[in-house]
Amino acid sequence: MAKVIVVTSGKGGVGKTTTSAAFAAGLALRGHKTVVIDFDVGLRNLDLVMGCERRVVFDFINVINGDANLNQALIKDKRHDNLFIFPTSQTRDKNALKREGVERVMEELKQQFEYIICDSPAGIEHGAITALYFADSAIIVTNPEVSSVRDSDRIIGILASKSRRAERNEPAVDVHLLLTRYDPVRVAKGEMLAVDDVKEILSIPLLGVIPESESVLRASNTGTPVVFDEESPAGRAYLDAVARFLGEQREMRFVTPQRRSFFRALFGRV
Amino acid sequence: MGFFRALFQPKRTSAQVAKERLKIVLAHERASNRAPDFLPTLQKELLAVVGRYVEISEDGIRVTLGASGGTSTLEINIEIEGGKVKKGGPSGSALSPAV
Ligand SMILES: Nc1ncnc2c1ncn2[C@@H]1O[C@H](COP(=O)(O)OP(=O)(O)OP(=O)(O)O)[C@@H](O)[C@H]1O
Ligand SMILES: [Mg+2]
Repeated sequence: MAKVIVVTSGKGGVGKTTTSAAFAAGLALRGHKTVVIDFDVGLRNLDLVMGCERRVVFDFINVINGDANLNQALIKDKRHDNLFIFPTSQTRDKNALKREGVERVMEELKQQFEYIICDSPAGIEHGAITALYFADSAIIVTNPEVSSVRDSDRIIGILASKSRRAERNEPAVDVHLLLTRYDPVRVAKGEMLAVDDVKEILSIPLLGVIPESESVLRASNTGTPVVFDEESPAGRAYLDAVARFLGEQREMRFVTPQRRSFFRALFGRV
Repeated sequence: MGFFRALFQPKRTSAQVAKERLKIVLAHERASNRAPDFLPTLQKELLAVVGRYVEISEDGIRVTLGASGGTSTLEINIEIEGGKVKKGGPSGSALSPAV
């Protein structure tokens, strides 16, 4: 049975698109046929992060409106056969995401894919609500910073009351905390909320901790999901999170300050 | 005092301050976000009815829905202004009861 996963946060710029791309690629690497959908209508960016911006012909809104069929709009990733990208439209009409249309597309995607990753826009408006409405699972992307934690709490509340599962009195959407842009050195100095603090405040299970890493910018510069970079600590941390999502036990890495090895220090890669 | 405090109470880190602030603000917001839609109306109506008998002010009433153990509770807290009880029963003038 296909599973719909929303990647959401309330607050903007915390790493939802980075996470959606990494998670989708990670699930594909683990052998699952996965599609990642951009719900950020008007601010299409997933295509750039996935490196397929020049291959976009039809988009989500075209399919919702019946101007194109699903297979015309889906873009197959060049790096992995299991991975597909469903770009959004650049229209400024925020209400283009009609719920019935989205529902029809979701049902169609469920026939073809094991995992459907929904990259939510920021905020708690129509776009964000539509992105989370059909979710079975949610990844709450949070930075160790007060406004991000507060907004995450808000979106967790919205998942519990406004999702389709909530409306239908079905088992609740299962929510997972993903703490990103974590800097263990600053945490050790008492300058940044620690992972245990955030876990305690939000009281939802922890899926992973993604360290602040230069490799994330490098990855988006070249349009490569960060999990494809074997050197990247963030990429490793995302793969661990995917494994945990699939039910494996993995120890948390990158949560304590690392001593820079001589080799690393020499070549300056973080 | 400042000197002794500095000596005996280690300075809290900014992360500890952040955690405390978040706990307080979220406890408050969770309660109000989870409140059912009828609470504001109930509060207004109570204000109108009770206001006919005793002096109360707009912000002297607090209605909260809670849970303790296995039971849900509706807690209503009303502050009477200066302990004044209106003479002669209901008047219904001061606070518009038409809600
Ligand atoms: N672990 C990380 N280390 C360093 N930089 C990161 C990390 N995660 C994300 N970033 C950077 O943060 C910025 C925002 O990331 P991203 O676009 O994924 O956020 P978003 O939540 O999708 O934003 P929006 O709300 O605008 O959709 C990007 O520049 C990205 O490179
Ligand atoms: Mg984004």
